[in-house]
Amino acid sequence: MDVSELDATIHAGHAGMEESPYGIPSGKLAMWCFVLSDAVTFSAVLFAYGYLRIGSPDWSTPFTFVPSVLNGLVMTFVLLTSGLTMLAAVEAAKAGRTAAGTRWLWATCALGALFAGMHLMEWRHMIEEGWRLFQNPLGGSVEFGAAFFCITGLHLLHVLGGVCALAVIALGFHRQRYNSIDVEVLGIYWHFVDLVWMFVFPLVYLMNAR
Amino acid sequence: MSEAAAHPAVHQHTAPTGFIRKYVFSVDHKIIGLQYYGLALVAVFVGMVLSWLMRIHLGWATFAIPGLHLLSSTGAPGNVMTPEYYLSLMTMHGTIMVFFVLTNAPFSGFGNYFLPIQVGAPDMAFPRMNMMSFWVTLVAFLVLMASFFVSDGPTIAGWTVYAPLSAVGKDAGPGLAMGQNLWAVAIAIFCVGQLLGSLNFIATTLDLRTKGMSLLRLPFSTWAWFITSVIGLLAFAVLLPACVLLILDRTAGTSFFIPGGLVVSDHLQPHTGGSPLLWQHLFWFFGHPEVYIAILPAIGIVSHILPAFMRKPLLGPRVIVGCMVAIGFLSYMVWGHHMFVSGMNPFSALLFSVPTLIITIPATIATLLWIGSVYGAKLRFTSASLFCLGFISVFISGGISGFFLAQPSIDTYLHATYFVVAHFHFVMAVAAIFAIFAGTYFWMPKMIGRMMNETLGQIHFWITFVGVYCIFMPMHYLGLAGNVRRYAAFTDDFLVPLIPVHQFITIAALVTGAAQFIFLFNLIWTRFRGPKAPDNPWNATSLEWSTTSPPPFDNFGGRQLVVHHEAYEYGVAGSAGDYVMQTSPEVVKPQ
Repeated sequence: MDVSELDATIHAGHAGMEESPYGIPSGKLAMWCFVLSDAVTFSAVLFAYGYLRIGSPDWSTPFTFVPSVLNGLVMTFVLLTSGLTMLAAVEAAKAGRTAAGTRWLWATCALGALFAGMHLMEWRHMIEEGWRLFQNPLGGSVEFGAAFFCITGLHLLHVLGGVCALAVIALGFHRQRYNSIDVEVLGIYWHFVDLVWMFVFPLVYLMNAR
Repeated sequence: MSEAAAHPAVHQHTAPTGFIRKYVFSVDHKIIGLQYYGLALVAVFVGMVLSWLMRIHLGWATFAIPGLHLLSSTGAPGNVMTPEYYLSLMTMHGTIMVFFVLTNAPFSGFGNYFLPIQVGAPDMAFPRMNMMSFWVTLVAFLVLMASFFVSDGPTIAGWTVYAPLSAVGKDAGPGLAMGQNLWAVAIAIFCVGQLLGSLNFIATTLDLRTKGMSLLRLPFSTWAWFITSVIGLLAFAVLLPACVLLILDRTAGTSFFIPGGLVVSDHLQPHTGGSPLLWQHLFWFFGHPEVYIAILPAIGIVSHILPAFMRKPLLGPRVIVGCMVAIGFLSYMVWGHHMFVSGMNPFSALLFSVPTLIITIPATIATLLWIGSVYGAKLRFTSASLFCLGFISVFISGGISGFFLAQPSIDTYLHATYFVVAHFHFVMAVAAIFAIFAGTYFWMPKMIGRMMNETLGQIHFWITFVGVYCIFMPMHYLGLAGNVRRYAAFTDDFLVPLIPVHQFITIAALVTGAAQFIFLFNLIWTRFRGPKAPDNPWNATSLEWSTTSPPPFDNFGGRQLVVHHEAYEYGVAGSAGDYVMQTSPEVVKPQ
């Protein structure tokens, strides 16, 4: 059959099909499964970080409150706010308010881009101080740089991917190529990225605060 | 109200035209399943040839294998392979077989083809993502195969690519420059393909079941594919970052897996602070569920095929499903049993040994249910059912050696010997291959609309069955005698007397390997000259048999099926015989 027709009819609870135990569209179920898998990926990297940190007697804790922890707090606030705007976007989309939904999507996209920008600036600051994947300017374990850049880098990749997806969905939702389910699916992903940050910030920033 | 009244056609169906859309970049799950199966077929022959090269070298270490220098002039000068090249071939054998055969064929191959049909759906939930997952897997295979053609050859680090050997780079020996990079990139890509496939399997099983197909009416094969995809979703999610961290260690100067002060080939490595044990934890947290990903679809396929030839359902079907779920769940708790001799705390060895022994319980229950079901049944011996019986046999043989390896005290002696090689080949490799064969003989009539040659199939079975026992049974003895694995040659005085055993194994391997060409010939002959297959050649009950051979593009010709029965109503008084199909509206009366 035509692929677009197939897509149009694939959702739970269609007449003539068995009820799905979760009763949600397949796209949402797949995104939840992806989020589960991605959570395990982040857990693996965080496990590696914890393993190496416990095993390193010379672990550095370089983050002073100003600028590092404060910057991190602002970034956290930005990301949490983007979660709120995403909620608003989903609400508007489900209520059929396309223009409002599009605006909230663009707001989320902008906040995500702001987060990414702040993060890259922080990276530049740390690189200028001498931090590398393999180098510690304070003379402690080089694993700090590896763990820091890998964990935050993986998260940043997810944020950037989300920002791109938000732009694509915002444009498409405005042109009514995408519907409220697609917005909700992206919302699941975006909230997941936010949730991961709520683990990364305490484990990487606060635990390494001076 | 009569449910036999035809449901109106649900969808407008337009099959694709043009060779490329139909057979190359196809979104049809059936074509994608055949593509995965074809990839596995190529991979298994490559893997088998590699095993022949290994076995010849092990039996006759100075033998010049004609033409080997064409594969690698540095690895096989004068057609005699260097010890390092032996390790390269061994690594590629393991990697290709575990990833591209054992994960591909029973899961991605048969699963893609039959899961939508067995649940009554017109396709997978995400057809385009399904197509992407195959092409990603193919790219992974090509990147891996490319390592044969780089100057240093493939990596020598074994399919487990333990650090620090795999992490330090080219100082550590041939194959550890570009070869290891290609391995890590290929496997990382493979993880992505598997993840996409898992999403499809889960969504399709939960959301696209047709009316009346409750979860408990699903065939065992569908249950197995579903559980396997859940395991894979979480397991490959760990291997992917592990491979990325390995690539960073090799190329970006990080030290995740490399400790300080390491001197390799007289070069002090510039890394410090890492842990080789971290690699083992990350790899085996993936690696152990991976072996259950390899075997669970095989368990499902064998459980699905046997009832059709016994003409009665299996005992305790819900228990079998429960066992599959239990195996899947427990598979995440046992990874440390690969690390008993790694130097970790012996008390944590106990923590892993106990769940390892516990996981034998559901596997044993399933085995006893198969045996109990077959006992007293008039089992019809066909190629498919013979390979099912062979599966049970090798699964038991391999499982028993597992009991020994599960004890840290015994494993301290047997680790990294041929005892382990015998164990995993029997319980995983041969068992899953037998299930692939059984599935092929059973389902090929449905997939390509022609019956396979039964005589050739039975010859194939008997030579293979006797052959695998000749190959792998002696390895238990070798292991107990202290024969270390992953050695290219045996020169120690306690190993030299064992060489004749190796020679026997090699001859058995070559004969058994030759017999696989009977299977290949059968496949090709069937495709072009096989007699046309009816819709239901085995008088079987599940949904794939209620459509044509091969099925139409949308699987059921526009019909929306309604399921009335459990999956294995055999041995009952049905209108068509001693069975009632799942879609038949008649009421089941016991015979």
